[in-house]
Amino acid sequence: MRRHHDMGGTPDGPVDTRAHDAELWEKRVDAVRNLLGQQNLLLTDEHRRHIENLPPGDYDGLSYYERWILSLSNHLLEKGILTADELGRKMAEVEAREAKDREHYK
Amino acid sequence: MSEHNRGHQHDHEHARTFQRDHDDGGPLPYLQVMEIAVRELLIEKGVITPEQIRRQIERMDARGHSRGARVVARAWTDPAFKARLLANGRAGCDEMGISDLEALHLVVVENTADVHNVIVCTLCSCYPKPLLGLPPAWYKSLPYRKRMVREPRAVLKEFGLELPDDVVVRVHDSTADMRYMVLPRRPEGTEDWSEEKLAATVSRDCLIGVALPHALKQ
Repeated sequence: MRRHHDMGGTPDGPVDTRAHDAELWEKRVDAVRNLLGQQNLLLTDEHRRHIENLPPGDYDGLSYYERWILSLSNHLLEKGILTADELGRKMAEVEAREAKDREHYK
Repeated sequence: MSEHNRGHQHDHEHARTFQRDHDDGGPLPYLQVMEIAVRELLIEKGVITPEQIRRQIERMDARGHSRGARVVARAWTDPAFKARLLANGRAGCDEMGISDLEALHLVVVENTADVHNVIVCTLCSCYPKPLLGLPPAWYKSLPYRKRMVREPRAVLKEFGLELPDDVVVRVHDSTADMRYMVLPRRPEGTEDWSEEKLAATVSRDCLIGVALPHALKQ
């Protein structure tokens, strides 16, 4: 049976050929991925496995770098480089900081 | 704690941390929050530094497809080099001092009067980044990945490229271990052009195979 990411040859709509640059946060994901790769903390095949293991709904619903950051996080948790607790607390901290910023710059 | 809790003298640093590309005034999307959190944790743990991240981004931004274009211009002007490049893409790049190819194999496929080549990665987004820079968004899009191997002529038409019926279209599906780059045909009227001038005719899209190089009028 075909796995979800194995989509070559299936029908779809037109290609959006407009060129647009990667956003800054996307470039940061790319940079972090490369830096982890250079330290052998993330191999290409590990990265692919995590992306291919995303549920089909996530795979189709997320943008490219959204898939990357999600699979990167899953990898770091699996490797024990980050813990779920740390990540949860840090995300809450970032959200709070960002909410405060939005107030400040309103 | 980080510098973000030190009051209000840090607006410059602050604004940079949260620079948003499309700020709609709403909360930052969940996965962008995750990006900031993962990056800050890796920095706190000493796995990576902000300086390394900045340098990586600058290098990618600066590179673009310039190396791929240089390789093509050399192949157009040096038949012996072209033969070596087509026999072994990696060895050809080595000769030009491009030795950081990440993939195990680079295959350079040559366009001729009878054959047009185009590259895709149906499984993910494999792309010769060291030669072409970051892939464009459409290369990674699901419609491109799905349709290029089934109806290449229709997809090429969406890029404005219509090929005569008697030209064979070859689609090359990349993998993590095997990357492709197209060697386009040298534009007519460029016989006495320098390598540098020739390289300027080679766009990124020519190297993917969704466009053809043109000799621009000076």
